[in-house]
Amino acid sequence: MTVAALHEYLEQSAKRYPQTCAAVEANSGRQITYGELDALSDQVRDHLRRIGVRPADRVGICLPKSIASLAVLFGILKVGAAYVPVDSLAPPARNAFIFNDCGVRAIFVEASRAEALRCELARLAAEPSLLPLDWSDGPSPLAAYLAGVEAGGLAVEDESARPGPDNLAYVLYTSGSTGQPKGVMLTHRNGSSYVDWCSEILAPDANDRFSSHAPFHFDLSILDIFVPLKHGATVFLIGEELGKNPARMASIIAERRLTVWYSTPSVLTLLVEHGSLDARDDHALRFILFAGEVFPVKHLRRLKAVVPRARYLNLYGPTETNVCTYYEIPQTIAEDRSAPFPIGRACSHVEARVIDANGRNVPRGQEGELAISGAPVMLGYWNMPERTSAAFHFDSSGRWYRTGDVVIEGDGGVYTFRGRRDRMVKRRGYRIELGEIETALYRHPAISEVAAIARSEESGVSIKVFYASRDGHALSLIELKRFCAHNLPAYMAPDWFSHQQLLPKTSTDKIDYQHLMRME
Amino acid sequence: MNSIQIRTMARDFILNEFLPGERPENLTDSTELITDGILDSLATLKLVAYLEKSCGIEIAPDELVPENLNSIAQIANFVQSKQAST
Repeated sequence: MTVAALHEYLEQSAKRYPQTCAAVEANSGRQITYGELDALSDQVRDHLRRIGVRPADRVGICLPKSIASLAVLFGILKVGAAYVPVDSLAPPARNAFIFNDCGVRAIFVEASRAEALRCELARLAAEPSLLPLDWSDGPSPLAAYLAGVEAGGLAVEDESARPGPDNLAYVLYTSGSTGQPKGVMLTHRNGSSYVDWCSEILAPDANDRFSSHAPFHFDLSILDIFVPLKHGATVFLIGEELGKNPARMASIIAERRLTVWYSTPSVLTLLVEHGSLDARDDHALRFILFAGEVFPVKHLRRLKAVVPRARYLNLYGPTETNVCTYYEIPQTIAEDRSAPFPIGRACSHVEARVIDANGRNVPRGQEGELAISGAPVMLGYWNMPERTSAAFHFDSSGRWYRTGDVVIEGDGGVYTFRGRRDRMVKRRGYRIELGEIETALYRHPAISEVAAIARSEESGVSIKVFYASRDGHALSLIELKRFCAHNLPAYMAPDWFSHQQLLPKTSTDKIDYQHLMRME
Repeated sequence: MNSIQIRTMARDFILNEFLPGERPENLTDSTELITDGILDSLATLKLVAYLEKSCGIEIAPDELVPENLNSIAQIANFVQSKQAST
């Protein structure tokens, strides 16, 4: 079943399974049926139309993960607009930048964060409508909000929009090397081609119970949101707080008998290492999917011992294409293996090749850059035509997205990840431009020079910041951490700080990163 | 254990584990540990494991919330209330 627009997955399932449970808030246990979710998102659609939102507009989501945010997301799609999700806990200035950058017409925001966001938007002279949802009013803030604004509303068309497959569906912002996040523009076809590939691999049905661990601004969420709803299955929404609590997550996996789990390897490692996922539990897991970073083999081996019956898939892909290669981990992992597993073969909905700097094919067995073409490849970066054209290679065979990831192609078209071409790193599944950390720290009044580097260690990637100060004294570590907490999203916080009198320079007077990499 | 003992213990642990080289006087009873990014989620779990072991208490998953752990003063109150209830 292929759809033109992503919200048709929900609409079709609501017709087939109106009484089936569509989503559960794992923390509170609140749940909603397909029929109710479809109706609630219709109300969101009608409200957005009344306040003037039109097809092709953008609408922001700055909410904790919940049934409300899920209904909002579908309501936005049903208008024919694109949703722009952000981390509601990130610094308000960063979120305001994002919303202003893509010119959202309205923003659904958690009431307690609305004022800070409004102030930051005002500084940018942006005035989108803020639609506040207040959880202190009770467990159904969206229904309460809609009831409050409904009275005397104008009559609007009560059919959902039918956007074409190449219309914008969502914009996901990722870390940008210039210090500002950049918006990846994705269409309904980008999303649905991937969702349909997931159906082919996972063969889900209405009895499946999916986890939704990744936040909605993270591309892993596309699988969690749309695949279960396409098949009449149930999705368990795991919010920010629960997502950091391995003991509670482990009991939800066992008690709720989840059948498909998808997260970063870091979260899976947390589940095993903190003794909470237990081999004695009779898990129902059919699939454990992971993506976003390399899974250290020793942790993967322990996980397989705890949940031996599940199939394990390593999924790979940048936000610009979502998952484009995959690798199934063999049933038994050799005792002496420590090398990470490959990122695998190209998915059936993409074409992949390995190219050099000039776009020529690299012979099998040699390093080159992985390039991807096909239905899931993004339109481009919002309002960045130059960055967009630099991200693609065009030739007679089509339009190829250059991933920036250096790979080697082995037997059977299996790719192995070797490293990055640039200064982007992935830590705990999030991509981080080291330049964005540096830009933020340069805003600190006492800091005169700063350089961030990343190191790969057995436990994962760690980020170290070297800095020099105006008065030559080291800053308090507490002050540095506090400054980062208020100026960067939490996932970008450096692991280490090192004070230097001056940073080492190259002969052309640039910061010498090679030298810093060798420093302890 | 009295409040001062718990505070000293928690302060020493946080300084040694997560703030190497920091001057102890910069970490006050009211320094915001979680909301100011001093403790990330993994560090919070390590702190909880340490408190459980050295104070002889058991902390339930539901109690891992910033209201209980966001400052040394809150940690001391929380640990004392746990000890009183066992």
